[in-house]
Amino acid sequence: MIQATINSLPVEVAPGATILDAARQVSVHIPTLCKHPDLEATAACGICIVRVAGSTKMLRACCTPVEADMEITTEDPEIIQVRRTVVEMILSRHPNECLTCGRNQNCELQTIAADFGLREICLDSIVPDLPIDNSTRAITLDPRKCISCGRCIQVCQQIQDVWALSFLQRGIDTRIAAAGDISLADSPCVRCGQCSAHCPTGAIVEYDETQEVWDKLLDPDAFCVAQLAPAVRVAIGEAFGFPVGTNLTGKTYAALRRMGFKAVFDTNFGADLTVMEEAHEFVGRFTNAKSVLPLITTCCPSWVDFMEKFHDDMIPHFSSCKSPQAMVGALAKTYYAEKMGLDPAKVYVVSVMPCTAKKFEIIRSKEMHSSGFWDVDVSLTTRELARMIKQSGINFRVLAEEQPDHLLGAYTGAGTIFGATGGVMEAALRTSYYLMTGENPARLEFLKTRGLDGVKEGKFDIAGKEIRFAVAHGLGNVETVLTKVREARDAGTEPPYHFIEVMACPGGCVGGGGQPYGVTDNLRAKRAAGLYQDDQAGLWRCAHENPYIQKLYEDFLGEPLGEKSEQLLHTSYHPRPTYRR
Amino acid sequence: MARLTVADLEARAPAEAQVSDQPKIKVGMSTCGMAAGAEPVFVALEAELRRRSVEWRVARTGCAGMCSMEPLVEVTLPGQPAVMFGDVTPEFARHLAAACAAGKPLPVEKRVPGIADLARIAGEPVATEGGPRQYRIVMRNCGVIDPEEIDEYLDRGGYKALARVLSTMTPEQVIEELKVSGLRGRGGAGFPAWLKWSLTRESAGEEHLIVCNGDEGDPGAYMDRSVLEGDPHAVLEGMIIGGYVIGAKSGFFYIRAEYPLAIQRIEKALRQARASGLLGNNILGTDFSFNVEIRLGAGAFVCGEETALIASVEGKRGTPSPRPPYPSVKGLWGQPTMINNVESLANLTQIVLRGGEWFSGIGMGKSTGTKVFAVTGKVKHAGLVEIPMGMTLREVVEGICGGSASGSPIKAVQTGGPSGGLIPARELDTPITYEHLQKLGSYMGSGGMIVMDETDDLVELSRFYLGFCVDESCGKCAPCRIGGTQMLRLLDRIAAGKGNEGDIATIRRLAHAMQKASLCGLGQGAPNPVLSALRYFEPEFRGRLTSSGN
Repeated sequence: MIQATINSLPVEVAPGATILDAARQVSVHIPTLCKHPDLEATAACGICIVRVAGSTKMLRACCTPVEADMEITTEDPEIIQVRRTVVEMILSRHPNECLTCGRNQNCELQTIAADFGLREICLDSIVPDLPIDNSTRAITLDPRKCISCGRCIQVCQQIQDVWALSFLQRGIDTRIAAAGDISLADSPCVRCGQCSAHCPTGAIVEYDETQEVWDKLLDPDAFCVAQLAPAVRVAIGEAFGFPVGTNLTGKTYAALRRMGFKAVFDTNFGADLTVMEEAHEFVGRFTNAKSVLPLITTCCPSWVDFMEKFHDDMIPHFSSCKSPQAMVGALAKTYYAEKMGLDPAKVYVVSVMPCTAKKFEIIRSKEMHSSGFWDVDVSLTTRELARMIKQSGINFRVLAEEQPDHLLGAYTGAGTIFGATGGVMEAALRTSYYLMTGENPARLEFLKTRGLDGVKEGKFDIAGKEIRFAVAHGLGNVETVLTKVREARDAGTEPPYHFIEVMACPGGCVGGGGQPYGVTDNLRAKRAAGLYQDDQAGLWRCAHENPYIQKLYEDFLGEPLGEKSEQLLHTSYHPRPTYRR
Repeated sequence: MARLTVADLEARAPAEAQVSDQPKIKVGMSTCGMAAGAEPVFVALEAELRRRSVEWRVARTGCAGMCSMEPLVEVTLPGQPAVMFGDVTPEFARHLAAACAAGKPLPVEKRVPGIADLARIAGEPVATEGGPRQYRIVMRNCGVIDPEEIDEYLDRGGYKALARVLSTMTPEQVIEELKVSGLRGRGGAGFPAWLKWSLTRESAGEEHLIVCNGDEGDPGAYMDRSVLEGDPHAVLEGMIIGGYVIGAKSGFFYIRAEYPLAIQRIEKALRQARASGLLGNNILGTDFSFNVEIRLGAGAFVCGEETALIASVEGKRGTPSPRPPYPSVKGLWGQPTMINNVESLANLTQIVLRGGEWFSGIGMGKSTGTKVFAVTGKVKHAGLVEIPMGMTLREVVEGICGGSASGSPIKAVQTGGPSGGLIPARELDTPITYEHLQKLGSYMGSGGMIVMDETDDLVELSRFYLGFCVDESCGKCAPCRIGGTQMLRLLDRIAAGKGNEGDIATIRRLAHAMQKASLCGLGQGAPNPVLSALRYFEPEFRGRLTSSGN
């Protein structure tokens, strides 16, 4: 351990710890705009400067390792003046559009400006005139609001391995854009939205579709229904001051009804259905020696997009199951409309997702039109729903909990844990066990699938047969898993895994690109814990136990992987090479 | 060419021992010479000799330093001292060739001082006390040898230092010699060379790497270009020795793409060295193997900064990264990497051959050895000068470079390029050392020296230098990216007569924040020219303010 002092307070840190780490340890606040706990320091903003005895320079706290006996001073009049001047510089290059910005009251730059109490910018406003990129219709990139902290680029390149975003030009003309200055839609962008989740300002936000939803809610002819994704329920409370990870399923159902939705479904029901289809698919492949293994999950649209762009040799491994969102959408306009005697043309499906890529998923192929209509009409993010609740004037905190519309709303613990990394694997293995043995596993918790390690591997014994699985989250972690699969394939040896789950966002959907801002591993873990508690507390914990799923198969679909299921619940994949447009 | 051994090099006789019965004709063919028209002069000389059926070789040589007198032609008749001709035209070249071919006396016009008149050369005898003021260690072969002929380099003792190191010295002994020499990095900051070498050598890594930083970019500075063009093997030899000392198997020349002639000459030197067993496997028959490749910079000034250079060599956007980790610990591809400036490496062979003590005997205090400067601006003789540290600015500007060209008095000297500062005429008696220049608010820098007379407008000059840094800012950190632009806008306003009292205060405040909060030397140093102009010449700025009645 290394001993040092910060503002005369003694501090002891592990080797490699930065001054910023040490300061947090002793509750000394050092302002910074560019450093994010998920990311390596880029040292871009220049605000976290501190003084170290013996050096005439000011050093950046974010990237300066603590050395033995360092005497660190984090504030004195000169440091404060330099910081203020740097903030003033940044504000001179930033549009003063806070009141209409997507990050109003939730912006790191706004907070710093407020903390420094700037009352006047003595410098000319030099905001560049740059166009907004809305081409993905999933995220909105407004380069004028960018402060060039580089977080989005780091997350896109290092964490997600997508390399869509990059800095272009240099000096004062430096700006973020898709590499090659093409539109984001033409770039390798997989719309995961992690850039927006890490942006300190409103430069990258979700593509806002709340107005379209309000318009439909006003339309007397439309029968608006909503569905709520697993990870939304444990994150939306952050927008209303609840402790992180609080499960607010019932309140969210209630809020959606108050806003005018005529029925409220739960994507967890879709998750249970996905488990049924996917477990049958897996068991089918696993028990047939000639089948292609491993099977790879496809609930995550960014992962699907990433695979089609960069790893299309994996297409034969992909589960043909649509995502839970898409399944609920298809059933809302077929099964539900039929049961309720509704004109499916008038059913308008709004899904609430922790995800920006879901906005793309609903139109990714003609198979998303399986009901004869677009199965899902609009996909909102958690952040958009939170805004709509606030616009409605609903007092979310005191709202009485409600139940979903059970036909497409009742769910099991298997469905709810879809929102955390490893959850799909765990849920699918529970039902696979049942399908192969006729009973539920003695222990339902699969601890090896849980947690925030980038790649998790494990083995599971079903009826004397060993199932090897891998779980990866954060697209940058996929490569190691796929490399092992390819090596075995090329060598003609036994595959390293039978079943692989991939979620694009670190932590899985709880850390999704559409979730409330400020995500860190601490938050991801707490949100995931909320889901695991929901699983633990549920009446049913395996998808096949869901009585409404059973009813669905009896009344409508027939059987898993049956003709109707194939038509409504399954999809196909195609290579989408990038940079060829 | 046969592969050389240590014994071959030790046995090689110096060039002075070789007697020639032919006149030697050399044309300065570095970029400065070429720009002044050396190519047609060269062609004219050859054509005229051929026309007269004389088969003497006309040699190309590097920059002799007298750039304002280019094209230069040096003629040495057998048994006579060399005679230098300046401002040579093709017509005069024909005249000169004709005289040589006919055995007539050389023309008396266009004669200019020769290298021997200007500089003493390391290891060569000096005729008289109080002789020439320059002292050439780094430039000892520039303008003397044909840089494209390895034999000429070998004739001047080339690769003997390498042979000595490989056959008789341990890496630690070389480092010790460097420590005794007191050599400091010539790229600008003046970090002790031995310490950098030693730190890199001691860092753990899969592979150690060495880089020669040839990304010279200060406006008006071209020392490194001239050395690379005029004596490429000396830099290469220094690099190979560096590779041996730090335990590297490979090295990179990082040269900006705007230096095509330097690149071409280094490429040729690499080919020759490989063919001669001086590069590649088992160098000079020893166990030491070392390879060198060239990487071109796209001309971004910031890529001279070590961490940005590393990013550029790796094929990434050339932006600086925080230090630590220093490149000596974690550099190219995460490996311990030693980055040395061209001039630093060019000193190596002489330190090895003549000893660290010899080197530290030159200079003043902690600034040992010599420094090459590119002196430009309002002096009579612009060009490259290599002077022992400790010489005063006045001796350089007035003594060596002949003082003001216009007759208008010298007003200030700018050293250290865009990160340096102005030194007013009243401080010209300051000795040139790292410490003295820093005390005046400037710094040594890589060797740019721009001389201004009373007709020069220092508000404009400040704008020029700051504008350069604003253009060259990589844009990574906010203080440099935005601060520089905002400062420049204020300066523009003052220059246009629209500034007010508050603008000067704001400039100072922005400059302070840039100095303290910028990530790399470019941003930290960018305000220096403006601040030093304000320090010494504030009335010139005030005279432009609206409130002053303009």
